[in-house]
Amino acid sequence: MLRTLSRVSELPIVVKQLQKNAAQSGVAKTNNYATEATVQVNRPFKLHRLDEGPEMTVQLTKEEALKYYTQMQTIRRIETSAGNLYKEKIIRGFCHLYSGQEACAVGMKAAMRDVDNIISAYRVHGWTYLMGVSPLGVLAELTGMKSGCARGKGGSMHMYSPNFYGGNGIVGAQVPLGAGVGLACKYKGNGGMCLALYGDGAANQGQVFEAYNMAYLWKLPVIFVCENNNYGMGTSSERASCNTDYYTRGDALPGIWVDGMDVLAVRSATEFAIKYVNTHGPLVMETNTYRYSGHSMSDPGTSYRTREEIQEVRQKRDPITSFKELCIELGLITTDEVKAIDLKVRKEVDEATALAKSDTELPLSHLWTDVYSHNLEKKIRGTNGFDIDHIQERKGVNH
Amino acid sequence: MLRSRLTQAACTAKRALSTTPNMLAVKQMTVRDGLNSALDDELARDDRVFLLGEEVAQYDGAYKVSRGLWKKYGDKRIIDTPITEMGFAGIAVGAAMAGLRPICEFMTFNFSMQAIDHVINSAAKTFYMSAGAVNVPIVFRGPNGAAAGVAAQHSQCFAAWYAHCPGLKVVSPYDTEDARGLLKSAIRDSDPVVVLENELMYGVAFPVDDNVTDVDFLVPIGKAKIMKPGKDITIVSHSKAVETSLLAAAELAKKGIDAEVINLRSIRPLDMETIFASVRKTHHLITVENGWPQHGVGAEICARFMEDQHFFELDAPVWRCCGVDVPTPYAKTLEINAIPQVHDVLAAALKVLGSKAGKK
Repeated sequence: MLRTLSRVSELPIVVKQLQKNAAQSGVAKTNNYATEATVQVNRPFKLHRLDEGPEMTVQLTKEEALKYYTQMQTIRRIETSAGNLYKEKIIRGFCHLYSGQEACAVGMKAAMRDVDNIISAYRVHGWTYLMGVSPLGVLAELTGMKSGCARGKGGSMHMYSPNFYGGNGIVGAQVPLGAGVGLACKYKGNGGMCLALYGDGAANQGQVFEAYNMAYLWKLPVIFVCENNNYGMGTSSERASCNTDYYTRGDALPGIWVDGMDVLAVRSATEFAIKYVNTHGPLVMETNTYRYSGHSMSDPGTSYRTREEIQEVRQKRDPITSFKELCIELGLITTDEVKAIDLKVRKEVDEATALAKSDTELPLSHLWTDVYSHNLEKKIRGTNGFDIDHIQERKGVNH
Repeated sequence: MLRSRLTQAACTAKRALSTTPNMLAVKQMTVRDGLNSALDDELARDDRVFLLGEEVAQYDGAYKVSRGLWKKYGDKRIIDTPITEMGFAGIAVGAAMAGLRPICEFMTFNFSMQAIDHVINSAAKTFYMSAGAVNVPIVFRGPNGAAAGVAAQHSQCFAAWYAHCPGLKVVSPYDTEDARGLLKSAIRDSDPVVVLENELMYGVAFPVDDNVTDVDFLVPIGKAKIMKPGKDITIVSHSKAVETSLLAAAELAKKGIDAEVINLRSIRPLDMETIFASVRKTHHLITVENGWPQHGVGAEICARFMEDQHFFELDAPVWRCCGVDVPTPYAKTLEINAIPQVHDVLAAALKVLGSKAGKK
């Protein structure tokens, strides 16, 4: 096991409340179980230019446990479904799966407040779901259908929702954009901050360092999150970076290394980071994680790494399995509840998948709809002349 | 020498339009002050508006366009950036996505190439990609086009580059009225707008009436302006080439040719209605620009005629007067000859008019 597990009953410091009635979970069981537990983060945080780090000892309620497990499992199911849809040639173009990295997003989301924002790169199906889009909204966007969260016009890499700024297809470009969202938070004085996510591949883009620099100078409330899954496409981090300790690469910016396969560690680090950036300015957080699939669906993911390596992570470090085992061990979730969640998630995603397949694309008129939010030209040139009218249906949020 | 030519051009333009006899009493304002006052107005009008770029605050702007604004509005609204175009352009776009109204100054548009990904991929496309959810109200501005004696890397026109891209609006002011009114419209617009100023015009003063200095004065984006009406040939241009065109029109007048000079003001949207209406009258058209010919603004205007009924209004082919198709050289004589001169415009007009020119 990765984690020092503590049976709740063995730890006097643990807040343990017995709940007689388990009916609220919908499971007809009469066993007593804990509603809250204290958990020790197993793999220590590593710190750069910080005297104190995140809490190693964290609380986990039953409600949270159920929520995180459901969220991670939903992301996994969405990605499995997306992979299948791609193989069926229903999803076109790009399709970057998040399987294996679920604890990063769920842990960060758990720490985010209503005023906080997030922007990421192209592996965003999971984030889109966490930021309020239904599985159908995600899957139908992938199938290019009108129920998609961008009505099928954005595709795999361009999904948005309130406080979620995409979904960016240009590796590294989202990092200064995220710093800009942070600038807006500070400018408006709303107490919010922005998580700007990028991978170990994007970590070498020059504009990432440009963003670090200005964010530090201007004390912007931004957490630069390097989701290090060890490979930028097919290039291992060692082959791409002179320094693979990504949490130290902000130079003057403090950094935290966190086990990205541990949802509670990520949550704890993010809670710490949110407080930090709102007081002191930006920070770099590296979440050490792993992706099971290739870079995208066209990459089998086995020419630059071994099948054994992938299997080993799946067996020993899987973020969902390890969290599930922890929760069962702690008595926060029962195996029956796990089964019920798995069934519910599978059903929900399967239904969404069916709808995403059977849905229709937008009518052709949407090809020339919403190019400008303040349209000044009546006509848009079609393939064969200035013969189509620019339709403006929406105005966007910024007016 | 340059200054006197510019004043002459301005007066030519004004004379053509003026209906008041006491035009000499009209207030003069430089393009720089037109831009500066536009920034000042809009910063005062909307708290979400802020200016960022290299040397915009404490240095008062590399070309002094933002002079005095830092003292007036402080660090929050007037932000000096390091020399890091891609980074600060990205930050500006992110801030616009999150509800602010950034004005992102490029010290010159030559440096915007470092950041062109954010102008196009991050700013221009987001509204469409998000199916109308996230609009990006941002202004990218700075001097564009050939300056004087600064060689190839600092001398080129980006009008065609940016106007190529759906999702962007592109304006290219010529005089003070244009600069002030277009910049104010750009700042108030809810889409990304590229404002291509001209360094050589910053110090040039133009007459402005009270209407132009009014805080609510706006020049609509997407509308061209007839600088000098005429009936024999239409000359379409933008930015500093408007001056060349006006001077050429004055020379043509000496030959009895009455040229109509159109200042495009906006490159995207391109106001073809005004050009078409002019050609219905003149039946002859030349385009004048300081940018390169291939896929340029003139090339687009030619194509629009080819595809439209107005093709049949033309009595002669449309002709382009453009920058020479080479990187801009440093040596003075070579540099001068790299962009269209008055005699080039004159020659083009006479060529297009052909035998009709002699009859005027």
